[in-house]
This record gives sequence, structure tokens and C-alpha cells, in this order.
Amino acid sequence: MSDSETPAARRAADYEGALAGADATVAAFGEGPASPIERLQRFLHAFPIAVPVIVLVASVVLFSLIVGNRFYHPYNLSLVAQQVTIIAIIGIAQTAVILTAGIDLSVGAIMVLTSTVMGRLAVQSGVPAELALLVGLGIGTLCGTINGILITYARLPPFIVTLGTWSVFGALNLWYSASQTIRAQEVAAAAPLLQATGAATSLFGARITAGTVLMLVLALVAGYVLNRTAFGRHVYATGDDPEAAHLSGIDTSRVLIAVYALAGFVAAVGAWALIGRVGAISPTSGSGANLDSITAAVIGGTSLFGGRGSISGTLVGALIVGVFRNGLALGGLDALWQEFAVGILIIAAVGVDQWIRRVAQ
Amino acid sequence: MRTYSSSRVAARATLLASAAAFGLALLAGAPSARAEDVLIGVITKTEANPFFAKIREGATQKAAELGGVTIQSYAGKFDGDNDSQVTAVENLISAGAKGILMVASDTKAIVPVIEKARQAGILVIALDTPLDPANAADATFATDNVKAGELIGQWAAKTVADPANAKVAFLDALENQPTVDAARDQGFMKGFGIDPKDMSRYLDEDDPRIVGHQWGKGSEEGGRTGMELLLQKDPTLSVVYTINEPTAAGAYEALKAAGMEGNVLITSVDGGCPGVQNVKAGVIGATSMQFPLMMASLGVEAIVKFVKTGEKPAPTPGLDFFDTGVKLVTDKPVEGVESITSEEALKLCWG
Repeated sequence: MSDSETPAARRAADYEGALAGADATVAAFGEGPASPIERLQRFLHAFPIAVPVIVLVASVVLFSLIVGNRFYHPYNLSLVAQQVTIIAIIGIAQTAVILTAGIDLSVGAIMVLTSTVMGRLAVQSGVPAELALLVGLGIGTLCGTINGILITYARLPPFIVTLGTWSVFGALNLWYSASQTIRAQEVAAAAPLLQATGAATSLFGARITAGTVLMLVLALVAGYVLNRTAFGRHVYATGDDPEAAHLSGIDTSRVLIAVYALAGFVAAVGAWALIGRVGAISPTSGSGANLDSITAAVIGGTSLFGGRGSISGTLVGALIVGVFRNGLALGGLDALWQEFAVGILIIAAVGVDQWIRRVAQ
Repeated sequence: MRTYSSSRVAARATLLASAAAFGLALLAGAPSARAEDVLIGVITKTEANPFFAKIREGATQKAAELGGVTIQSYAGKFDGDNDSQVTAVENLISAGAKGILMVASDTKAIVPVIEKARQAGILVIALDTPLDPANAADATFATDNVKAGELIGQWAAKTVADPANAKVAFLDALENQPTVDAARDQGFMKGFGIDPKDMSRYLDEDDPRIVGHQWGKGSEEGGRTGMELLLQKDPTLSVVYTINEPTAAGAYEALKAAGMEGNVLITSVDGGCPGVQNVKAGVIGATSMQFPLMMASLGVEAIVKFVKTGEKPAPTPGLDFFDTGVKLVTDKPVEGVESITSEEALKLCWG
């Protein structure tokens, strides 16, 4: 644009003249003629869950066509649900944290640490399994509370705090477990309660585990708390604009500490589900759950900038990842390409989220 | 505008001060090498694997027994972490180490820094995993992984009902096929009677008995998910090869969930105590046992000998490494394959 007679320059010279031919309407809400794309954009903005659900349904149909009845058989679909249970539970914790515009890189480490604590206490120290489970849940909550306190009172960024505690909790886990796995048979003999989340019933050929039910119950409770309670609205408000939330009388420090503490608690519940699924208690199982949980949340439409997203979205996001990994593996594709597909999904999910957001501007 | 109240500033200062104090306390408590001691570095892949814990233990025990030897151990942060291992070697060179025992995470990428260490007069012994090329280290003390795989392959071929029509599933370690991973997998195929084609890599075979390969990262969780997928691919499978015993334990959980734990033979490699107990419990049909404690203590001995006499360790005749031995562990012995029982193995496990 070398021409000095740009529209902007002309407008600057003559404010009033620039209005000639402009729309005389002062303000309007979504009433003008909209193109189908704009209508779709508005629909998606009003129902953020729609995108991940559409992707999930499309991928199930796609893999059913490619792989055939080994894929869409109820048993296999329930298998996918089992395989994503851990990621979805940790994803619930992660979503609550991301809604506050934070991130929790330590959730996986908290889960592994608490599983080790539960196992060592119940199997090797003779503590009753019920008590060991409660101590584990307590330790998880404590770990989360430490994150929350460091973030609010020491005023450190969540990324840094949880990057640090990821290492700290991970090291404590290796130290406490002495890097040793507790065998599934030992757990079954000494503390069957810890494996209770692995119990399953058959339903029309599907295999539903207690862990999957636990995941759904947790999601319902978390969804209710976030959408229907004052605390939930405070979480969204704190993530959307902490200054505004603070000025409107929300104790944002307390909200943040509570959210990180709850994330730690949910991670410890995830540890229980992990023991049920794996059988054994291993100091390395589930250590990648932190990144997987962020993946599930992002694909499920939760914005990393805070204030926008939902638990149901994360649940669907985790299922999308599970369906891709299962479908591609049954289709005979290398694990390498499974990771490739998940990477593309993450980028596409954020791209779609940004596109929908433009409606609001 | 954010403002800091004075109490927040105070809280922050206290935190920083206590963090600094904690750091100093750790430094003060760290063991310091006596100048006259022979310094030996032990570098393993991770802190998390009990196999590597046994290697550190073996080196430390031998050092205490010999006297005048200081062990400094390092580990990567995750399996495949080359950078931390490079840093560890550099630190050992500048600390004046006389020898390094190394379990390499990336057998190719570690070679340049190993060359630097050897130029500095350090004796480098690769433990467990040969470097690529193997002669980049002064010596390799390792399990014959091909033989370890071959033993369980032979056992499976003689144990399964109809080896010519058996369906075999593979639970390997990582997609990039580390040398150990490929050697065990291909050894199994050789032992079972599957043409492995190129012995240095899997996935190039075309035997219809192969159900498929999944990657379990050597963990229970990966073993379970991988087995679930392979079962979905072919529910009639009859034999499972697993890279190590945690993977085997995970595979068993998946088979149990599908009600197939009695119909499938599980084989594995490692010989860790939990793995041997799983052989005893009937979870694993047969496993090949290796001897990490011995690898490390022989390594320390070799370095001390080198410092005193300048003599370097020699490989086992016919191999390009020193074979630290492997034994088949099973409670269902078969004709023609030498094995020990789980009872005997429990006394030896990683001892």
C-alpha cells in the first residue's frame, strides 16, 4: 500500500464522511442475514460441546467402515472406555485447573505417588486397605494444596510451580517405592479393595468396569459443581478475568487453592482406578497422564486461556483419543501414526476453538 | 495493577530462604570422593527401573568390598534421555574418573562423548546394551539378548499345542526398536521357528502366524493396553512374547479380563524377582533370566584391574561382548531346552 490515499487516511481526514453508506443500525444481536457458515459458527459458540461430539461420532463411523465389526462391537467400544478411564479422570482434574487459566503438570506424578502410598501401606505395612485408600486420597489432596498455596501466596506461575512439583512428587514416588513394583497377586491377596475399580459386569456384550463408572460419577459431580454452584461460577470467573472476579468480591486465592487441592484429590481417585486397571502397583505406570490429560481437555474444547470449557467436553476429548488409538491399531497402523493423528487432532481442536471465538468479537 | 502486601512479600522471602537452606543442606550432605580413590561413574537409563537399581547396587557393593573405589551414579530422566547421559559423561571426565559403566539410552547418539572420555584415558564399559557400533566402548558386559529370546521361543514352540498353526502376538518396547528390543524379539522368532528376515529389526517378517506387534514401553499399563488390542485383532491367539516381565504382568491382566488366561502362553525376558514369582504363580510360562548385579560387579573389577595393570577386559570367544549369562526359568521344562525352576531362580533373581 504505497498509495497515501488509503481508506484509513481518508477516514482520518473526514470522520463524518466515513459514515456515508455505513449501516445506520446502532446495535443488533444476531438478527442480520447470516451465511450458513456464520450460523454454524454461532451454533458452535452456543454449544461448545458440539464440535468434539461431532468429531467423536464421525471417527466412530469412519473406523467402523475401515475396521469393520471388530471395531464397533460393544465389547471393543467398552474397551475404549476402559482404556481412557485414567486419562479422563485426570482430565477432569486438569479441566478444572485450566478453567482458572492455570495448568497442572504434576497431576500424573500425584497419581503415581498416591498409588504407591496406597500400595505400600496396604500390602507391605499391614495397614487396613480402607485406611490406606483414605491416606492416599489425603496425600493427593495435600499435594494439590501445596501447588495451590505456592501459586497464590508465593505468586509463582502455575506452569513453573507444577513443573517443579512434578519432579518433586516423582522423586518422592521413586524413593518411597524403591523403584519396585508390587505384583498384582500380592495386591489381590492383601488389599483387594485397591483393585475393586477393576471389577467388571457384562451388559449386552460390553464390559463395564467399576473404574469406568467411577469416571462417569466423578464427571457428573464435577460437572454439577462447575455449572450449578456458586463455587463453579467463581472458578469460571477467576479464569476469565481474575481482576474483575476479585473486584466483584470473589476470593480468587481461595478459589485457586481449592481448585488445585481438588485436582490433587481427583488425581488420587485416579490412582485407585489405575490400580484396578493395571492390577500391579508400578512406580512408572501412568506417569504420562499429565500431558494426556491436557490433550483430552484441549480436544474437548477447553481453552488454555481459561474461563471456557466443560467436563463433558474433556470426557468426549479423551474418548476421541481412545477411539483413534484403538481404531488405528486395529486397522494395522503403527503406533507412530497413532501419535501423528493425535497431534493433528490437538492442533485442529485449538484451531476450531479460535474460529468459534471470533463470533464473540 | 497488582500490588504485593507486606505479608505476601514476607511469605515469599521466607520461601526463597528456606529453599536456599534446603539446597545447601543437600550439598553438605552429599558424599565427597577422597582424592586417592579410583572414581567410577555408573550411568543408567532411568532411576525408575529396578534393573538399573540392581546395577547401581552391584557396583556399590563391589566398590565397598574392594576398598579405595568411589562410585558416582547418574541416570537419565526418562528412557531415551540422551542429553542427561552426555552431561553425566562430561561431568565424569572433568571429575577425573578412571572408568565409566554405561547403560546407554541412545546407543548411537552417546558415541561422540564416549570417544572424548576414552581420549581422556577413561575405560568405558557398556553394560546391558551394546553401543552402536559396539567397539565404541572398550568392552561390553551384557546378556546375550538374542539367546534370551531364543530360549523362550524354543520353549514356546515345544509347549504350545500346534506350533505350525499357533498364533503369536508380540509386545515389544518402543517404536524405534532399541537394540535390546530387536535382539530379544528376533531371538524369539528364531527359537520359535519364524523366519526373522533381518535380525537387527522386526516388522519385516511375513509369517502368517504373527498376529501383530504392539509397544508397551516396558510397563504394566502398556502391556495391558497392547494385549487388549492384539486380542481384538485375533481372539484365537495362543502365544505371547513380551519384552519384559512388567509388560507380561499387564498382558496377563488383559487376558484375565477376557477370560483367556488359561489358553495363552506368556513368555518374557528379565528374571527380576517379581517376574520369577509370576512364573511360580503360573502367570508367566517361561522367562529368560539375566544378571545385572554380576554385570556391574564384574565391570567395577575390570576397571580397577585396568587402573592397576593397564589391561583391558576381553570379550567372550566368538562374541563381540562379554556374555554375563542367561538362564531359562520355567516350572514346565521341555525336552532339549535347559532350564531351572522358579524355586531355584528365586535364590538367583538379580543376585
